[in-house]
Amino acid sequence: MNTQFLLQLLVNGLVVGTLYGVVAMSFVLIYKATQVVNFAQGELLLIGAWVCWTLLTKYQVPFWLGMPMTLVFMFAFGILVQVVILRPLIGEPIISVIMVTIALSAVFQAALKWIYGVNPQPFPRVFTSQSVTIGSLQIQTVYVMSLVVSVAMMIGMAWFFKVSKWGLAMRATAFNQQVAQSLGISVKTVFAMAWAISAMVSAVAGVVVAVVNGVSSGLSIYGIKVFPAVILGGLDSIGGAVVGGIIIGLLENFAQFIDSEYLHWGNLYEVAPFYVLIIILMIKPYGLFGTKDIERV
Amino acid sequence: MASPSLIPAGDFRTSYAVDTTIFPTTTSRNFAILGIVLACFAPQLLSEYWLSQLIMIGIYGIAALGLNILVGFTGQISIGHAAFFLFGAFTSAYISNNYPIPVFFSIPIAGVVTAIVGLVFGLPAARLKGLYLVIATLAAQYILLDFFSRADWFSGGSVPATAKQFSIFDYTLRGDRQYFYVVLAYVVASYLLVTNLMRSRDGRALVAVRDHYLSAEIMGINLTKYRTLSFGLAAFFAGIAGALYAHNQLVVSNEGFGIERSILFLAMVIIGGTGSIMGTLMGTAFVVLVPEAMEWISMELKGGVIDKALALNNNLTFLREIAIGVIIIAFLVFEPDGLAHRWRQIKTYWKLYPFSH
Repeated sequence: MNTQFLLQLLVNGLVVGTLYGVVAMSFVLIYKATQVVNFAQGELLLIGAWVCWTLLTKYQVPFWLGMPMTLVFMFAFGILVQVVILRPLIGEPIISVIMVTIALSAVFQAALKWIYGVNPQPFPRVFTSQSVTIGSLQIQTVYVMSLVVSVAMMIGMAWFFKVSKWGLAMRATAFNQQVAQSLGISVKTVFAMAWAISAMVSAVAGVVVAVVNGVSSGLSIYGIKVFPAVILGGLDSIGGAVVGGIIIGLLENFAQFIDSEYLHWGNLYEVAPFYVLIIILMIKPYGLFGTKDIERV
Repeated sequence: MASPSLIPAGDFRTSYAVDTTIFPTTTSRNFAILGIVLACFAPQLLSEYWLSQLIMIGIYGIAALGLNILVGFTGQISIGHAAFFLFGAFTSAYISNNYPIPVFFSIPIAGVVTAIVGLVFGLPAARLKGLYLVIATLAAQYILLDFFSRADWFSGGSVPATAKQFSIFDYTLRGDRQYFYVVLAYVVASYLLVTNLMRSRDGRALVAVRDHYLSAEIMGINLTKYRTLSFGLAAFFAGIAGALYAHNQLVVSNEGFGIERSILFLAMVIIGGTGSIMGTLMGTAFVVLVPEAMEWISMELKGGVIDKALALNNNLTFLREIAIGVIIIAFLVFEPDGLAHRWRQIKTYWKLYPFSH
C-alpha cells in the first residue's frame, strides 16, 4: 500500500472534483432555469479557454485584463446562443432541444479544431512559483489556485442565489414559470441570463484547467464527465452538483490508484465514472439530492 | 414530430385493411418494386466507387432505421448507437473467425447478441423518461468503446480485427458487386419488417408511448416493456448493420466510432424525418452524400480567394462535421418533419395538379 501515492491522488481528485463540481453547477443552472439539457457545456468551457489563450498569447494581454475580457465575451456568447438557437425551440418536445444541443456541441468542437488546430497548446505561465509543500506533499501552485477559484465560485454562486435580486428571480422561474411571470419577472431575460452566467462560470473552469494542462479539444470531456456528477447529485440540485462533482473526482483518482496498484488494466479512471453512472441510474435515478419527479394526472 | 396527414379531401379509408395497407396505391407499390428491380442492376451499371457508396447507404440505412424506431416511434434518444454498431461488427467477425459458423448465420447472431447488450444498458433507463436514457446510452458509448480497446480476445485491442468474406457453407461472395445483393436483401427485409411492425399492435403501442406515455399507460400499455423492446430493436438493427459493415470492409477497428458517429446516425434520422420509414433511407443518403458534395464544392473553390483565406482543403473533415451539425440544427428549427415531409408535400402537389391550393 503506497500511502504517499494515494494521498497525492486524493488531492488530485479533490482538485479535479471541485472543477467538475463547478462545471456541473453551471450545467444544473441551465437545466433548472430553462429545462434544457445542455450537451454543449464542455464546449462552452473549451471556448472560454481558447478565447483567453488567444488574448494572452496572440495579443499579449496581461492575465488580470485578459480574464475579465474573456468573461465579458462569454457573457455575450451565452446570451447569443440562447437567443439565436434555443429561444425558437421553446415549446418544442424535449428531444428536439436535446438534439439541438448535441448538434451545437459538434459544431463548436469542429469549428474550434478548424480555427486552432488539433494540437494542444501550452498556456502562458500565470504563477511564478511551481509548487508549495504542505506536510509531506508537494502540491503544484496551480492546483491550490484551482481549488481556491472553484470554492470562491461556489460561494459566489450560493450568494447569488440566496441574496441577489437576479438569483431570486431565477429561483422563482425555476420553481414555476407562469407564477414568476405574473410577479413581473421577465422569463426571457432570466433564460438569457442563465446561459450567460453558465457560460461565464464554465469559462473560468476552462481557464483553470487550461492553466494546469494546456488547451486542447480534449477539455470538452469535462462536459461529458458532468453527467455522472449531476446524475449522482440529482439533476436539479446545485448543491448536489457540487457534491457529485467532488465524489466523481475522488472516485476517478481512487480508481486510478486501485488500477495501478492492483489491477493493471490501463485507463480505468476514464470509464469508472460511467460505470457509476449506470449503477446510480439503476438504484437511485433521482440522485442524492434531486427532487423526485411525481406526476399527477 | 407527428405530422398532419397530407391525404387530399374526399379520400376516405373505409376499412381497416385499407387503413393498414403498406402501399396506399397500386402505383406506389409498383414504384417500390421498380425501385428494387432497378437496384438489382446497380452492380452492372455503377462504377466501383458509387457502388461502394450505395452499399454504405444501405448499411447505414439499416442502422438508422433501428435508431428511428427508438427516436421517431418511441420518442427516446440514444447517443450510443455507434458503439452498438461497432459491437455488432466485432461480434460477427469474432463468431465467424472462431467458430465453424458461416458468415451467412453470423450476421443475424451478431444482431441478437447486440440486442441483448443493448438491453443491459437500456433496462435501467427504460423505467425512466427520455432524458435518462440519453445519459445511459452516453455511458454505454464510453463503456463499450473502452471494452473494445481493452478486450484483445474479442476486438484485437489496438490491432484492428479482421473479418471474413461473406460465405454460405462453401460458396463465398467476393467483391462489392456480389456483396451488394446481400446488403440489398437485408435492406429490403429490414424495411419491410419495420413497416409491418408499425402496422401491428406493438407498433401502435410504441407510437402511443411516444405521443403521450401517461395516456398509453392508462390504456394498458406496459411502458417498461415497450421502451425496452424499442431499445432492443434499435440495438438489433445496429448490430445487423455493423455485421454487414464488418464483412464488407473486412477489417474492423475502433477508429472513427466515437460519439461523432452516433451524432451522425441521429442526423440521418432527423434529416430523413423522425417517425418516417422511407424518410430514414433518404436521410441516410443525404448524410452519406454530404461529404461528396462538400468535396466537390471545395474542389471547385480550390485556388480561389475563399479557399486561401479559410484553408478549406486542409480542413475538410472539420468542415464536414460543422456542416452536419448545422444541418441538424437547421432541420430541427425549420423542417422538424424532415425530408419525408417535403416529399409528401411534393406528391400531394402533383396529385391535385393543377388545382392544388
